[in-house]
Amino acid sequence: MSLVSIRDVRKSYGAQEVLKGVSLDVGRGDVVAIIGRSGSGKSTLLRCINGLETYQAGAITVDGMAVGDGKTDLRTLRRHVGMVFQQFNLFPHLTAGENIMLAPTVVVKEQKGEARAMAEALLEKVGLAGKFDSYPSQLSGGQQQRVAIARSLAMRPTVLLCDEITSALDPELVNEVLKVVEQLASEGMTLILVTHEMRFAREVGTKLVFMHQGRVHEEGPPKALFANPATPELAQFVGHQN
Amino acid sequence: MIQQLNFGDLLPYWDVFARGLVFTIVLTLTSTVAGLALGTAGAWARTFGPKWAGAVTRVYVEIIRNTPFIVQLFFIFFGLPALGVKLSEDVAAFIAMVINLGAYSTEIIRAGIEAVPKGHLEAGASLAMSRWEIFRHIVLKPALMKVYPALSSQIVIVMLGSAVVSQISAEDLTYAANYIQSRNFRAFEVYIVAAFLYLLLAIGLRALLRGIGRAMFPKG
Amino acid sequence: MSDFSFWIILQNLLLATRWTILLSLIAFVSGGFVGLLLLLARVSHSKTLRVLSIGYIELFQGTPLLMQLFLFFFGVALFDIEVSPWVAAWLALTFWTSAFLAEIWRGCVESIPKGQWEASESLALTYWEQMRYVILPQALKIAVAPTVGFSVQVVKGTALASIIGFVELTKAGTMLNNVTFQPFLVYSLVALIYFALCFPLSWYSKRLEGRLNVAR
Repeated sequence: MSLVSIRDVRKSYGAQEVLKGVSLDVGRGDVVAIIGRSGSGKSTLLRCINGLETYQAGAITVDGMAVGDGKTDLRTLRRHVGMVFQQFNLFPHLTAGENIMLAPTVVVKEQKGEARAMAEALLEKVGLAGKFDSYPSQLSGGQQQRVAIARSLAMRPTVLLCDEITSALDPELVNEVLKVVEQLASEGMTLILVTHEMRFAREVGTKLVFMHQGRVHEEGPPKALFANPATPELAQFVGHQN
Repeated sequence: MIQQLNFGDLLPYWDVFARGLVFTIVLTLTSTVAGLALGTAGAWARTFGPKWAGAVTRVYVEIIRNTPFIVQLFFIFFGLPALGVKLSEDVAAFIAMVINLGAYSTEIIRAGIEAVPKGHLEAGASLAMSRWEIFRHIVLKPALMKVYPALSSQIVIVMLGSAVVSQISAEDLTYAANYIQSRNFRAFEVYIVAAFLYLLLAIGLRALLRGIGRAMFPKG
Repeated sequence: MSDFSFWIILQNLLLATRWTILLSLIAFVSGGFVGLLLLLARVSHSKTLRVLSIGYIELFQGTPLLMQLFLFFFGVALFDIEVSPWVAAWLALTFWTSAFLAEIWRGCVESIPKGQWEASESLALTYWEQMRYVILPQALKIAVAPTVGFSVQVVKGTALASIIGFVELTKAGTMLNNVTFQPFLVYSLVALIYFALCFPLSWYSKRLEGRLNVAR
């Protein structure tokens, strides 16, 4: 059974339908890269998975929990679904360490000492040991994004959603973030990424999803898809990107 | 024991209320027009005017913004005659309101002027426009448009503040309320009605200003 | 009458200034407290609380402070309770202050970027946990400058308490004018003292605001 199951999801903003019946299955340990033009609905789909956006029809389940049916407590869901944002969204009034400790201490009611030890371990994991007491404004964009990844890992999520997490970064800072994600993938973390990094999608992804006009236009193993796009839209998109 | 409220005793005085209401409306509208003109001039002096004019304006603005309206009013009505400037209640009230709104709107409009991008000024200068032409044709309208909501709130605040002119016997809505309650001894009821009328005035004024804003700045 | 020298006038005004300062402080603190409750109601998820707080704010921002003073002064008397001008002034200024502060603070809360809400929501924080740990600490920092700025309005607002007979700076000025017949001197001094109270607050508020803009 798949970890994340998306069945015929539809969503519109007013008269404009942005998701026109999207279905997708993500297994445990999968690394799914979602690509597509801006406005193709990929970010919206991602945000539906942890309930940041509501949808009008269809069904999404994560680890057996239904999302957006009004019955499942979104808080319970979000303890299992991590999210990393394009704009990092670190809390500027808290240090890097405090950013990571916040949810474990407030939501899970972990002891301060334990949470601190875990935060330090996570910072080390993302290559930022020693930055515990730095405020976000004192960190580069790449460092901020790595703290944000560590922050979402602190809740020990079963799946991690990444929404264009390198798009707001200067080019020379992209790789340090992608490296962390790659490491997570190699450790077996389930990842769903909306991304513009084609090379990364091809090398690290286990599944590629091409979204076009609110639908999954094509999906499959990344290397095969990049080599032989079945539709002219993907061919054009990939060609355009390269 | 709580006393019975009785609004019936107010009915014979409806015309007094009406006269006070009209006075407050006329006072507000006239002093708003003059006050905004003064504020625009002040904002010009602070940004585009000569240094001395900017300095004088700054002192004026700080004095007005850091003293109570009622003291300004008393100074004008009671204090100035000592210097030989004798004003009627109505004129003193009008002048106090204009000076007060002028100071606040100077600051508000100045903020709007300073928010106009430098590039626009340079574009104007490159077109050989004078400083005055730049102010008049490039700066003023976007500045006013940007701060129009803040100006509107200030106008409503000044209108509500005008209740104080009753203290120099200018016959506004509050003066009417004071007069009526001194006749029928129904102070609470009278002030409830007066407060309600002010509330309606505030709502009406806000709607009017919104309408004017839409007409003046169609895209804003 | 000419016994009233400049110094005696000044001395009497300064003595009355104590009450202006005290009333300002009390009104500001209690107004701030009520304002905080009002803010929490205004930004809560309960529609009833929101509607009630909007009504409250509309009412106290949409009527003159002077009317509010009269209503408290004469309204409490309806219960056959003797009201001192002190109590009426304190109550009216508290309600009036709370409405304005709640609106100022709401603006600060709403200026916190949406991403902060989304990130904390994604970390499974409840609404009040988001408020307590993420939103309010940031909003507080932005709120200091406009709050100090509004304290100037409170100091000036206390001048209206003179109208219901509370002897503070403005009332003392009126009384001194009535015995000295030197309105120009008396009201100049009154204005000067208010300026001395208010200008430092205005200046400090502006400086805080400037510093905040630089920090961004």
